Amino acid sequence: MQYPILSLVTFLPTLGVLFLIPLRNHSLIRYIALVFTLLTFFVSLPIYTNFDRSTHLFQFVESYQWVPSIGINYKMGIDGISVLFILLTTILSVLCVLVSWKAISHKVKEFYSMILVMETAMIGIFCAMDLFLFYIFWEAMLIPMFLLIGIWGSSNRVYAAVKFVLFTLAGSVLMLIGIISLYFLGGRTFDIITLQGIRYPIEFQYWLFFAFFAAFAVKVPMFPLHTWLPDAHTEAPTAGSVILAGVLLKIGAYGFLRFSLPMCPDATKELMVPMQVLSVLAIVYGAFVTLMQTDFKRLIAYSSVSHMGFVTLGIFSLNQTGLQGGILQMINHGIVTGAVFMCIGIIYERTHTRRLEDYGGLAKVVPVYVLFYTIFSLAAIGLPGTNSFIGEFLVLSGAFQNDYAIAAPAILGIMLGTAYMVWLYYRVVLREVNPTIKGHLYDMQLREVIMVIPLVILIFYIGIQPSVPLSFMQTSIRHLILQMDGGMLIGLR
Amino acid sequence: MSAYPIIPEIVFSTTIVIYFCLGLFIKNRNYLTVLGVCSSLLTTVMIFSSPMGSLFGGMFVSDALSQSFKLVFHISLILSLLISLRYEAIRDEYFFDYTLLMMLSTLAMMLIASSRDLIALFLSIEFMALCMYTLTGFSRCDLRSNEAGLKYYILGTLASVTLLFGITAIYGITGTTDIKAIGAIFYNNSGEPNPYQYVGVLAILIALAFKAGAAPFHQWSPDAYEGAPTTVTAFMSVGPKAAVLGAMGTVFYVAFKADPEVWVNALIFIAIATMAIGNIMALRQENIKRLLAYSSIAHAGYMMLGILAGSLEGLQSVLIYMMIYAFMNLGAFAIVLSIKDGEHLRGYTGLWHTNPYTAIGMLILLFSLAGIPPFAGFIAKFKVFMAAVHAGYTWVAVVGVLFSVLSAYYYLKIVVRMFFVTEQLGIRPVAVSANLSIAIILTVFFVCLIGIAPSVLL
Repeated sequence: MQYPILSLVTFLPTLGVLFLIPLRNHSLIRYIALVFTLLTFFVSLPIYTNFDRSTHLFQFVESYQWVPSIGINYKMGIDGISVLFILLTTILSVLCVLVSWKAISHKVKEFYSMILVMETAMIGIFCAMDLFLFYIFWEAMLIPMFLLIGIWGSSNRVYAAVKFVLFTLAGSVLMLIGIISLYFLGGRTFDIITLQGIRYPIEFQYWLFFAFFAAFAVKVPMFPLHTWLPDAHTEAPTAGSVILAGVLLKIGAYGFLRFSLPMCPDATKELMVPMQVLSVLAIVYGAFVTLMQTDFKRLIAYSSVSHMGFVTLGIFSLNQTGLQGGILQMINHGIVTGAVFMCIGIIYERTHTRRLEDYGGLAKVVPVYVLFYTIFSLAAIGLPGTNSFIGEFLVLSGAFQNDYAIAAPAILGIMLGTAYMVWLYYRVVLREVNPTIKGHLYDMQLREVIMVIPLVILIFYIGIQPSVPLSFMQTSIRHLILQMDGGMLIGLR
Repeated sequence: MSAYPIIPEIVFSTTIVIYFCLGLFIKNRNYLTVLGVCSSLLTTVMIFSSPMGSLFGGMFVSDALSQSFKLVFHISLILSLLISLRYEAIRDEYFFDYTLLMMLSTLAMMLIASSRDLIALFLSIEFMALCMYTLTGFSRCDLRSNEAGLKYYILGTLASVTLLFGITAIYGITGTTDIKAIGAIFYNNSGEPNPYQYVGVLAILIALAFKAGAAPFHQWSPDAYEGAPTTVTAFMSVGPKAAVLGAMGTVFYVAFKADPEVWVNALIFIAIATMAIGNIMALRQENIKRLLAYSSIAHAGYMMLGILAGSLEGLQSVLIYMMIYAFMNLGAFAIVLSIKDGEHLRGYTGLWHTNPYTAIGMLILLFSLAGIPPFAGFIAKFKVFMAAVHAGYTWVAVVGVLFSVLSAYYYLKIVVRMFFVTEQLGIRPVAVSANLSIAIILTVFFVCLIGIAPSVLL
């Protein structure tokens, strides 16, 4: 790569904001936002075609001095763990623009600016190779998300937005102190590779693990810290929910992979069982709570808690299978839950209700919609042939390699998952047509079909050809495991 | 020995005298403000073109740190003059007196930053405090302003006496008031600290904490901040606070560093209490002036972490914090002044729909005050916490960041009012006067610039 592709992909959306500022015409604003997200997507494609899957080293590295007096660099680069998330982000951002086409009718310019700023922050997080830079992107994401929920959300949006910010902030400030301690212990640098190459004293590892855990566990969210998620998901506009489910939650799990595992390997191994127990608790508890929900969006939000439990279960299995499954499941959850939230958004635009008791009999009125909704429901359940099956299978086999007693209850989570999705399907799609919404229903339009098609393709592509996404991450994961065992400590300087 | 290091002070005093003479004839607010800003700019140029060095037997020292502190004072003076220009609570006939007092107190702050002798320090602090008492009670017909001025004066005198008492005790032990000499004497004294040393050091600590409005000696400050004219509140929350915290940092770093066990625990207590009380009391405020007053108490608490570090790095972090805080806080006050009913939370309802640019400016300043990147406030907090962690006070830094999460709540409360509340209370767009626009644009610009390119400061 001759040109700084990562910086280009990261800051192209923000450049789009500058183009949006002078505009007044709403549909022009929408098209410009679409153009910039599409452009970002196409610019991000060479990253995949040129990615070298045979090495664990960081690729496309760019490094410039930023604050030389304290050794902060602007350093970007990606490896097998982060590469897929960039594609996920750029695809979902395009879909976010499309899904908001009709739904957002006031303060349109501001809305799309926020979406574009979010995209920059999200891509930046996955590319950052300097802890300070990472933290800036991590926190900067709060502001647009806060405004997205608070301005364009539904009735209880203020509570949800403030709760979201306070929860996330409380976690991330502890991480900040962790980062600063790391800086002094690691020889006054924020460079992630250098910091990963040091074996820290075990007491420090515990403290660091805790500090990072506070930030990442809130973001994932892991079991006792998940309460912000249903509120934020439910109140956010559809695009906000898609971004939240699709990318934001992944950032927490990505943090575990990028920082907690390689920097505190001994503490992670010691704390592996409690972490797995928390994950299984999230799976089972999340599934039970999901069963009880009467609000369409809230139901899917709680199912995210359960699904993200699989991700952390896979990650904290600390073996190749589990880690691969965890990362794949992150991608899968982003695709599937994003798709389901888009479906909810599509139907909500027509009915303006999220209460499940108002729904029923969609199959008889909107068959095309139901076709796609069925595909996404089955993918969420984890039917063989869809992507989630592969992810959950890998996670479970990884977890079973460690401890049957911990992994077995997760099976219960899958069963409950089937139960709530099928029951939801029954209540929404089957039954008699509900008269309260009957008059408002009409089937999907071309724009709406176009925006779900890519996700359908991805679901079946990963479901049938899982070796392609897995091949991106294999080498990096193997290196990560070696690194945790105190093996190779080599990186790209 | 040459007189060069003190040139900025001499230039500033001279311009103040000229200003005093001209002010007898000029009553136009615009001219007076321009004159004040010009003399401040001239002094700023002199600060950085004069050589460093020490004078009067080490009583007056001009070094990189004191120069930068002087820059902060002048930034806050210029911004305060700008936002005062059209402020109606300062009536035309008193505007000259008002600006003069501000300039005099800035001169006093410059002397504080350069004093390396306890007596000189005491005199400079008193000089500054007298100006501030008068400014607080400046609205003569306003009962609250009178009360605030009187309260500030009486309690402030108590603090001055305490400071003098502490200086006496230290003089009794060391036989000198020269800060550097005191440091050397304590450094060479290998035995247990003298009990009178505790008395002296703690009395000085308490007195300075009092002047900085730190808890548990903060009771005067919310009343003084609320009662004083808003522009004075803005000025008071930055300049004098910077001067006192700078003095505190210098005294403890240079003079008392040898026996940290004497004061470290007390300072940790004061810092944590300050952060706790400032943030917790701000949570429930509906009056923005009072909210910003409590938040400025909280910010003093964060800055004390830098002093706690007891290192040059710590002192620099206090300085950087103060400089960034000057922009954030004066910008926020400029917006408070520009809004009709800006002193109350209800004045901000739906501001985004009526005055979008003001609202976005306030949004940036508030997120910066809360310490969320990519704005300057984050850099300030980052440096201070970094100094504290480096000095080994990680747990104090953890307490500090947790309180900063609490602070996000009350800043967000204003953002929620401005952006999320849609029912209009019949407010019309307010035309923001040119001087306030300049102040807002300047502060927001610097808050963004420092946030994105921190290397301009670090």
